[in-house]
Amino acid sequence: MAGTMRGRVAIVGVGETEYYKRGQAPDAEFKLALQAIVKACADAGVDPKTIDGFASYSNDRSDPSHLAAALGCRELRFANMQWGGGGGGGSGAVANAAAAIHAGLAETVVVFRALAQGQFGRFGQGPQRNTISGDMAHTVPYGLMSPAQMFAMKVVRFMHDYGVEQSALRAISLACYEHAQHNPRAVMHGRPLDEATYEASRWIVEPFHLFDCCMENDGAAAMVLMSAERAKDFAQQPAYVLAAVAGSHYRAGASVHNTPDYATSTFKTLAPRLYEMAGVEPGDIDVLQSYENFTGGVLMSLVEHGFCEPEACNDFFVKERFLAPSGELPLNTSGGNLAECYMHGLGLNIEAVRQIRGASTRQVTDVDLSMVISGPMVTPVSSCILGSEATV
Amino acid sequence: MSKPYLNAGLAHPVANELDAPYWQGLSEELLRIQQCVHCAGWQWGPEWVCHHCLSDEVTFVEVAPEGVIYSYERVWHPVHPALADQGPYLVVLVSLPQAGNVRLVGNLLGDPMQEVRIGARVKGVFEHHLDGQPAFSLLQWCIHSD
Repeated sequence: MAGTMRGRVAIVGVGETEYYKRGQAPDAEFKLALQAIVKACADAGVDPKTIDGFASYSNDRSDPSHLAAALGCRELRFANMQWGGGGGGGSGAVANAAAAIHAGLAETVVVFRALAQGQFGRFGQGPQRNTISGDMAHTVPYGLMSPAQMFAMKVVRFMHDYGVEQSALRAISLACYEHAQHNPRAVMHGRPLDEATYEASRWIVEPFHLFDCCMENDGAAAMVLMSAERAKDFAQQPAYVLAAVAGSHYRAGASVHNTPDYATSTFKTLAPRLYEMAGVEPGDIDVLQSYENFTGGVLMSLVEHGFCEPEACNDFFVKERFLAPSGELPLNTSGGNLAECYMHGLGLNIEAVRQIRGASTRQVTDVDLSMVISGPMVTPVSSCILGSEATV
Repeated sequence: MSKPYLNAGLAHPVANELDAPYWQGLSEELLRIQQCVHCAGWQWGPEWVCHHCLSDEVTFVEVAPEGVIYSYERVWHPVHPALADQGPYLVVLVSLPQAGNVRLVGNLLGDPMQEVRIGARVKGVFEHHLDGQPAFSLLQWCIHSD
């Protein structure tokens, strides 16, 4: 496509802190962010002082001016926040960074996310205060207040409409946990999950068992982006951004569960734009990382990205299909948010880069097209397709 | 007055400039939903302008407290200390055909282990919390007996 940023920007460095259980990071959130950024720069062979842009999402608390000051960056040219909560902005931040580079607003942009829930609050708890006003006044007094509770309502309706069985959700969880057993970075490394354990686990909110829900973790993750021309001069094999899009459908943000199209991961309008920009089709994708806040979100994300018809979910969602390296559609090959780490999904983008490089702990053979779906069921959501040298 | 569906201790709703007529209505056992004076379009939650025609002449109109279960969930894990001893409970999303199919969140009264059918007709039950700080009323739902 003429005029798009397809292949014009590449991810050249990735960095992560150690991943901790929530509340257990030994360092402050801002320090974790700095550590991940410095690691990503070291991975790329980039001097951190040459970073001139930062992009993040989900109201990250580490602000770019402070980061640039702390790192001694010579000049700040791009300070960007993708609006919206959860992990919906993970690939959106990649899109923003890539667009800024493509447009000449900045040259070396870091995409990052840092979380220290011991220092700050938890996501999975309801608000503990005496009164509540506005949109949440219409849900919280009825005991609907956590992300699991907000999203189960969508998934119940989707499973009802298409006759989807619990085994479809279970397959996603089992694949994530199996991949994590090969990944020493994973918080759930050494904690395998089998079918019986999944079925016996307690309900959080039907249809989500405990193992359908993401963890909550502390840590930080960062990626360094630059133009495709410059990328060739650095240490790592570039992962080219073939497409990255963010957004949502008509009135996705209507309050109190009133979006007209309700039982959706929010990708129906976005996915066609993603494939059009990349110039590829779902069947071309070699490996997929799909954000699991809850398995039901992955279910709808895969359907809406064209991997499976909604009526065919019970046959499609089987563990073997999702296992690397041999499955037809290797999924969440690091263990993902369920079993590697919940870094609001940026770990999924980093794993997608590793698959392009051939450096995953559960590597798929000859990866040219590596895709990420970020933050289903919120608004805006985002997704991206990364490509090898052969695709540009 | 019968016991509220959920244990006491969750945050009490307080009306704001946008939704005050709704909360006032519930205290009077009336369900009022936002409707545009200009184009008669319905919307929920309340907004400052009509999303259909963008008129700012939006008002609240009384509708029958009856609806259809659009979706539901059975919650098990308490995410608030007030619900620690609650046990499972049912949250329903109810659409109102008489008001443009806007949806309301509430609880489904009765056995929390009852089988819930999407599409089932429900009627509203006003649940008054006169000891609330401030006092407030909720709209709960039960299966329509007809």
